[in-house]
Amino acid sequence: MDFQLSKEHEMARSLFRDFAEKEVKPHAIDVDETEVFPRETVSKMQKYGFMGIAIPKEYGGQGCDPLTYVMCVEELAKVCGTTAVIVSAHSSLCADPIMMYGTEEQKQKYLVPLAKGEKLGAFGLTEPGAGTDAQGVQTRAVLDGDSYVLNGSKCFITNGKEADIYIIIAYTDLQVDAKGRKKKIFSAFIVEKDTPGFTFGTKENKMGIRGSSTYELIFQDCRIPKENLLGGEGNGFKIAMHTLDGGRIGIAAQALGIAEGALERTVAYVKERQQFGRSIAQFQNTQFQLANMKVQVEAAQMLVYKAAMAKATQSKYSVEAAEAKLFAAEVAMDVTTKAVQLHGGYGYIREYEVERMMRDAKITEIYEGTSEVQRMVISGDMLK
Amino acid sequence: MKVVVCVKQVPDTKGGVKFKPDGTLDRAGMLAIMNPDDKAGLEAALRLKDQYGAEVTVVTMGLPKAEAVLREAFAMGADKGILVTDRVLGGADTWATSTTIAGALRNLDYDLIITGRQAIDGDTAQVGPQISEHLGIPVISYAEDLKIEGDSVVVKRQYDDRYHMVKAKMPCLVTALSELNEPRYMTPGGIFDAFKKEVTVWGRADLKDVKDSDIGMKGSPTQIAKASDRVKKGAGEKVTPDSPAEAVDYIVGKLAEKNVI
Repeated sequence: MDFQLSKEHEMARSLFRDFAEKEVKPHAIDVDETEVFPRETVSKMQKYGFMGIAIPKEYGGQGCDPLTYVMCVEELAKVCGTTAVIVSAHSSLCADPIMMYGTEEQKQKYLVPLAKGEKLGAFGLTEPGAGTDAQGVQTRAVLDGDSYVLNGSKCFITNGKEADIYIIIAYTDLQVDAKGRKKKIFSAFIVEKDTPGFTFGTKENKMGIRGSSTYELIFQDCRIPKENLLGGEGNGFKIAMHTLDGGRIGIAAQALGIAEGALERTVAYVKERQQFGRSIAQFQNTQFQLANMKVQVEAAQMLVYKAAMAKATQSKYSVEAAEAKLFAAEVAMDVTTKAVQLHGGYGYIREYEVERMMRDAKITEIYEGTSEVQRMVISGDMLK
Repeated sequence: MKVVVCVKQVPDTKGGVKFKPDGTLDRAGMLAIMNPDDKAGLEAALRLKDQYGAEVTVVTMGLPKAEAVLREAFAMGADKGILVTDRVLGGADTWATSTTIAGALRNLDYDLIITGRQAIDGDTAQVGPQISEHLGIPVISYAEDLKIEGDSVVVKRQYDDRYHMVKAKMPCLVTALSELNEPRYMTPGGIFDAFKKEVTVWGRADLKDVKDSDIGMKGSPTQIAKASDRVKKGAGEKVTPDSPAEAVDYIVGKLAEKNVI
């Protein structure tokens, strides 16, 4: 077992860190305050291949492994949770399932521009009545001639109005089992922006990751060409779950980065902040808190990197992804809360940024499967 | 078109400079980076590659670990990398460094050689111009802009209170300022490819037309008595004498006051 990163990974990390410090960090406060999607940053990330890190080169990507991708999300999240989730949702939730389940034509048409960052991706599963409970999905697709007719709505969609290509999960069949219970059969579709019948509803006013564009998607008799069915009819649930396994690794990396960013700032702050004639770093309470935070962050990093390695080498990595996300998200919430506390009154002031990190951290315990769902996945595997 | 860029691996001074008890730089205690002026020179070369399809070769002299700057240059888009390393080259001052690098460059075809203005660990700005002297080609220093016109290079050369437009026929050498451009980032895929590329390693035996007395510690006329962190210059004094004669008197008086003359 080797805990040493390769020279390539070390250099990739220095690239992501350098980019995040110079190009992302200066805008983080503003992005949060104004809720404006950081389009210019996304264009820069596109230029340097950050939008297709783990996609093979033949499809316009960088051909790197999931660990490199995870380090990118982590370093971005250290300085800006919004920017990190834009990359994560685009890569893990849209490009990845097309890479995994798309036909060659679909890959050429949709994956190549996504991997090159020319197009931005999003994923829609959640609905007002369906989050953790996928059977609650009301969006329906009915085959009519050469196209599926989509009706329904999706909510809380990351990259919402900014994306160009969407993976939408809808039910295409309703089956009744031997006990008379109804079961929806789902399919996944690739939907382009500007398709007639596809519009946007309200923009969500969020607690954190405020620069990410979170919208409601509305489909009214929206006709999707038959060739945009992803992975065959009836495979939507499997595709969605597999996609979320990958997505959870991205969110785990985001949570890890947020925790690391808050810890870095706290270490710098406690050395400067004077109380009772000395820096607060000299108080044992501060030292013990910092030690606890450091151990939490390192343990989270191990789980996140382990999950990334599992994605690179295993066909199934649901448990590793769930463990990484559950732990990293809870660490992010705990570490950012402690960071605010160690900052005292200043921690409550926006300029000091740990306040934003605490707000950004909360969502990592909720989206792409709540912490409770992760516990279900982990224990379900233990008890099967 | 063939462009050779000389780069140096230097300690990152961003987080402060660390010294060993004997007064020399504690290189192991500081992160190593590509010298910023050299990186601007590399970016200028890569833009010539983008524009004219120039072949970009990067040369560095240093310890084996200096290979890292060549990998970084590959990841930014450089085509070839040469590491000049040998125990006998250690302890070189600017003279011995420039004779060594010139000896390496004599093996190469080039239209343009770009070096950084100066390295942040020595701040001498001597190596670039010295290389051009050894190779017998023109040098234009302090480039803040650079373009190709036919078989010549046209450089906007920075000066204290103005700039000069200088044109030189190639082959020639240009020293680059960080202000020349904003160097591109590496790409993630470029990094992984960079480690698959071969770095050419040259030692003493590969240097062309170089005397043993001109290399390494023995070939270095400079003796470093003490190194220190950069001393900040004062704000200076501005005077407006009424005539040139008065100005001369003032300056001579000041020099005498400070025992310079």
